[in-house]
Parts: sequence; C-alpha cells; structure tokens
Amino acid sequence: MPGREAARPAATALPPKIRVRGLDLFYGAKQALHAVALDIAEKKVTAFIGPSGCGKSTLLRCFNRMNDLVDGVRIRGEVLLGGQDIHAPNLDVIELRKRVGMVFQKSNPFPKSIYENVAYGLRVAGVSQKAALDGVVEKSLRGAALWDEVKDRLHESALGLSGGQQQRLCIARAVAVEPDVILMDEPCSALDPIATAKVEELIHELKKQFTIVIVTHNMQQAARCSDQTAFFYLGKLIEYAETRTIFMNPANAQTEAYVSGRFG
Amino acid sequence: MHRPTLTQPTQSASRIAQLFRRGDHWLWLCGGALGLTVLLITGLLLLVVANGFTYFWPYKITAVDRADGTKLMGVVTATQPAVKETPAQTQLRVGNRELNNFDFIWVPTVQLTNFHQPPDAVQIERQENGDFIGFLQRVEVKGQTVASGDAAWTKLHELQPGARALAAQAKAIQRDGIGAVNARMQRAKLRLRSAQLKAPTGAAIDPLLKASVETEVAALQSDYDKLRAVSGELVARSIEAQAVLRTIDGQEKTIPLASIVRAFRPNTMSLVEKFGHYLSRAADFVTGEPRESNTEGGVFPAIFGTVMMTLIMSVVVTPFGVIAAFYLREYAKQGLIVRLVRIAINNLAGVPSIVFGVFGLGFFVYFVGGGIDQVFFPERLPAPTFGTGGILWASLTLALLTVPVVIVATEESIAAVPRGAREGSLALGASKFQTIFNIVLPASVPGILTGVILAMARGAGEVAPLMITGVVKLAPELPLDGSYPFFHLDRKFMHLGFHIYDVGFQSPNIEAAKPMVFTTTLLLISIVVFLNLFAIGLRDRIRRKYQTGAF
Repeated sequence: MPGREAARPAATALPPKIRVRGLDLFYGAKQALHAVALDIAEKKVTAFIGPSGCGKSTLLRCFNRMNDLVDGVRIRGEVLLGGQDIHAPNLDVIELRKRVGMVFQKSNPFPKSIYENVAYGLRVAGVSQKAALDGVVEKSLRGAALWDEVKDRLHESALGLSGGQQQRLCIARAVAVEPDVILMDEPCSALDPIATAKVEELIHELKKQFTIVIVTHNMQQAARCSDQTAFFYLGKLIEYAETRTIFMNPANAQTEAYVSGRFG
Repeated sequence: MHRPTLTQPTQSASRIAQLFRRGDHWLWLCGGALGLTVLLITGLLLLVVANGFTYFWPYKITAVDRADGTKLMGVVTATQPAVKETPAQTQLRVGNRELNNFDFIWVPTVQLTNFHQPPDAVQIERQENGDFIGFLQRVEVKGQTVASGDAAWTKLHELQPGARALAAQAKAIQRDGIGAVNARMQRAKLRLRSAQLKAPTGAAIDPLLKASVETEVAALQSDYDKLRAVSGELVARSIEAQAVLRTIDGQEKTIPLASIVRAFRPNTMSLVEKFGHYLSRAADFVTGEPRESNTEGGVFPAIFGTVMMTLIMSVVVTPFGVIAAFYLREYAKQGLIVRLVRIAINNLAGVPSIVFGVFGLGFFVYFVGGGIDQVFFPERLPAPTFGTGGILWASLTLALLTVPVVIVATEESIAAVPRGAREGSLALGASKFQTIFNIVLPASVPGILTGVILAMARGAGEVAPLMITGVVKLAPELPLDGSYPFFHLDRKFMHLGFHIYDVGFQSPNIEAAKPMVFTTTLLLISIVVFLNLFAIGLRDRIRRKYQTGAF
C-alpha cells in the first residue's frame, strides 16, 4: 500500500525531526493530500518539488498548522515533531509555531523598523529587556547575513529595504526565536538571481543549526541546496530520496519526466 | 479586394457603429453625469459664498424723495422689474426699526426722484433695534452739548471706546462676578438640602452645619449687593455720553455711546476703510456673541458648540465602532446571525435622524440622565441636571447615528490588510490577539480614520436630532469654561446648523436675517471642511508610515 510505509532516504544519521504518517488533507470536499508519509531529517535541507497545485505548500503549512487559518480544512493522519503529535488536542499552537518558523513566498516585513521586525517574535513572547533584544537582533541579522548592510539603519522602516534584503530580514526574524525547524515557501520566487544566490548561501549556513524544509519551483535550486528531495504530483508523494538520486537516477518515470523538464 | 486602411474608418455611416462598439456613449453618459453633479455643487457653493461674503460690506447710503413729499434714506438692497400690472419696485433698507416698525421697504421706482448720496449720512450699528441711518447732530455728556457739527463726529469716536469699556466692565461683573456668587450660594443651599435628604426622617439636621451655611449665605448676599452696586454705577456712568441724531424726515433720536457698536459714513469711506470695516465685522461675527435674538452680532457660541459636540461624538464613536467591527470581522463566527447583524448595521445608517433624536431623548435624557440625577444629584431635584437635553446627550445620540459608518469603514480596512502580514505574525508565535493589536490594527488606522471623517461630516451637519436632545436658540454659558469642573457636559449648547434654521425661519425679522443665514452656512461648511482636512492630514501621515515599499 503506497504511502502507509514511510518513504525514507537511505542514509540518515539522526532520527527524523518530522515524521508524517498517512496524512490526508481536504479543502471542503476536495482532497489536496493523499496518504502522505515521509520523514524529514534533522539539520538537513529537504526540498519539496512538483508542479503547481501538487500539494507541496499545503504539506509545508501543515507543519506549523498554518492551515488552521483556512476555513473548511480537515486533516487526517499524524504529523510528529520530535515525537510529539502536533494535532494533539492539548498542544499549544503558539509554542508549536515558536519551534517551527516560516518564511513566505512574498517577503512580508511588518511596517515597523528593521529592529522591531527582528525583535517581534521575542516581544510577543514577553521579552522586553533592551540588552537581551539587542543581542538577539544582532545575532539574528548576522545569522541572516544582513547585519553589515543594515547595522547603521536599524531603526529605519523595514519597507525601505530591497526585495532580497526584505526576504533575508524575514529569515532573520524567523531565526530570532530560535526554532528547531524553518519552513521556506518558495522563498526566492520573487527575487532576482543575485538575491537568490545570497539566500541560497544563507540556507547552506543555516542548516548547521536548523532543520530546513523548502518548497521550490526552481529545480536547479533544489539540486543546489537540498540534501533530500521529495517529488509531489496531484497531492501524492511520488518519490522521496537523496537529492542526487532524484536528479541523476530517479526510480519513477514521472519524476524523471518532471526533473528533466518534459512536463510540469 | 478593397481593404480599409488602419487609420481611416471605411465609411462615415459606420462611425456611429464604431462609436457604440468602443462604448463611447457610456463614457459620455458617465462624464456628463459627473459634470452635472460638479456643476450643481459648485453652483450651491458659489451661491453661499457670494451671499455669505457680502454680508459685512459697507454699502453706500442713498437718499431719495418720494412723490408724496416725504423723504427716505437707506441702502438700496434690491430692485424688481415691472411684471404685468405691478410696476418696477425698489427695496431700501432704511433701518430705524423703533421709529418705523420696519427695516426694509419696497417702493414703486416711479415714485422716487432725486437719488443722491449725502456725504454726511451716518450708519450706526447698535446693540439693539438694528441699524440707525440718519445724520449726527451733536454729542452730549450728562445732558451738556460737548460738540456739534463736524466736531461731533470726531468727538463721538473719541468718547465711544471709553463708554463701551465701562459697559463691558459692568457686563463682566454681572456675568462672572455675580454669576460666581450665585453659584456658590446655590451650592451652599444644596449642601443643606442634601444633608436634609440624608438625615433620617423627622431628625433635625446638624445645627452647626445649618449655622455655617446661613453665615456663608449672608456673606455671599452682601458680596452680591456690593457687586450689584458697582455694576449699577458702571452702567450709569457708561450712558452719560450720548449722541443725538436726526433721521431724514426730521425725527430726533438720542443713543448712548455705550450701545453704539460701530458708527460709520459709508458714502465717504475709502476702499481701504471699507476693507477694514469688513474685516472688523467679520472678526466680530466669528468671535462675538449673538444679539437681537441671533439676527445680529456673532456666532461664537454656536461655532464652539458645533466643534465641541463633533469632537465628543468622534471620541465616543471611534472606539465603539472600531471594537464592534473587529469583533464582527475577527472573532464572531461567520454565519446567519453575523449576516443579519451586518444588514441591521447597514440599515441603521438609513434610519431618519429624527428617530435617533427621539431615541436619544427617551433613552439618554430621560432614562440615563434621569437615573444619574436620582443617584448623584438628588438635592437639586425636581430641577434636572443630566435629566434634560445637554451637549453630552446630543453627542451620544449623534455617535449612535454615525456608528454604522465607522463600523463599515473599519471592517473594509481590516479586510484589506494583506494576509501575508497576519501570517507572518502568527508564524512567529504571536497569538491572534497580539496579531490583531500589533499588525492588523495599525495597518487599518487609515481606513478607520476615513470612517471617522465621514462620520464627522455627517454628524456636524445634522440638526434634527439635536433639536430635542440639547440644542437651544441661545445658551447663556459655553459648555467649557473656567469654572469647576470646566467641562459642563450637562449644559445646553448652540449649534450652527440649528442657528441657520432659527435665524432663517424663526426670527421676527427674516429680511434682515437672510444674509446672516448665508454667512452662517458658509461658516458651517468651512468648519466641516476644516475638521475633515485635519483628519485627512492625520490619515495621510499614518498612511505614509505604513505604505508598502520596495519591489
């Protein structure tokens, strides 16, 4: 039975950070995910690829329960984060989202200063000592390779930054709360090649510390920065393996057709 | 085969077809409708501005002889061409109401001869009885002539400010000094009354308290008598100087200088003098108090009442509307009930305003206000404190009237906040409330202010509900002054909209009041525009702060 058995790439050193089993997701009557099962390795970059509407973003948004915001969503199956069921009735969604950060397709800095954008996650968590905030802001901006560009204008509006800087600011904002996992939903689709290269470099750096799941339409990007790749088609997980395997020697004919550009 | 060129239509007959195909007829219709609307509004404004701005101008005085041998002198205010049997007529504003019993007179133009403008014709704006138009004979002090002829004119201007100052002093003592003594006396008596009410039935009240109140009242009474004497003396001194004037038909009239607001000779004034006169009258209009049942003098209390009421209304309506909209949009479970509530809110905006007035009278004035009086001011009953119309109740009624506007505007601006901003906040572990408070609310402030602007414009121009919840023709005191507790929300107030109605349709001298109606209208429009500009400026500043940049 496809999907009930976990797809798992051959060599994983650490136990999986996220474990998905038999996940079905419905938007009203329409089923968007069919019995998805996969394990996401800790401190690795996992890429989700597939044509538009294949359910890869929907799956990503399951991991921090962003789908709760959408009316009429029903979910079946389980998602375990570090062994804990994230759909458990006593789970605190706010705590979950602190542990699973997210970077969106369209950069969405708040209409506040650069400093306040990075400090936001801590402020809503109740941190208000200036010294603590200052430290975290600097560390996060350095972590997002943005510090040198913005250190002289921390208190200017974040909306004055360029598109690429805004996206890195969003990454810094996510990093500031020190999550375990960072979800990236097509983070470079609105960026030019130079800004994209910077973000990809950053992803390389970040994986030393965080587990990263990235959704992308850009096959080269998946090939460049991910360790594992999952290919989705029509709400089903078709193939999940080492990135090298997916691109060089896929087991599935559909995967091969997609990665070689013959459809999708 | 013939092919049409790209630049030329093939036949002129198809031009109409082309026009319809391009949809030009709709374009013309829409443009025409817009043009007509703009034209009507411009026309209305021009009418108001043209009539409102000329009110203060000193027009020349014309003297004429009538066919029956009598003479008339006044300002020509209108002429009417002959219509069928009615001959052409001329309207003159002759003033001298106490002598003629009228200010204006229509005379058939054929009966009038010898139009001329005597250079020494004097127009006098008085405290009462409207303007006097005639000639200055002499100036007297204590019945003795001190100047006559040309010297009288100079003497009049020399003595008039002093006399005015004395009268103003007397008035200030009457209003502030005697008013304060009265208020303190009232409070002392109320203390006694309140002690009486609190004491168990039949028990005598504390004799010490009674004695102290009685001494205080006696002391205040003596203060009162002293002030009365001082003000009486000032009044007597102020009317010592008098001007003796003569009308064109020879009647003599004596006017105390203290009651002369302005004396001028429009026929010999230079343009600069006329402008000065105009500005001085306009300033008096904006800053002065009304005279002669509101048809003369200024409208300051009405301006003050209008602005204060609009501000109280905005302060009340904004939080209520915003909170309601946030609940409806963010927290309420969307379904039949919320849909019904929305429909009800939209329909509320269409309820006639007088209905809100009746509700305000019944609920705020009688129920809430009456309740407050029972609990907090029992010693003043049966005289009501809050249980009668007042600026607070009028403002609350208008807040109720305008709250749908704020709710609808707020809901729309909440819906326009980008989803990304919300999700970004939630993804960082912010709660729903934190997201709404930190992200959604600031981003929707410009939209909320748009709602408040609309509400203010609607509220400031509303009259009907105010007439039964607290507006009066003449309010003796402003709702904000220097005496404790400074904000007197229970006081009745004046309002420009009601002033227009009152002066234009309820005054005994409608012809004289007509220009004042236009001027007041102009002022009301200006105030609404001013308040709106203020709110728009605020909105733009906030919008600049939150505009999305980059990309």
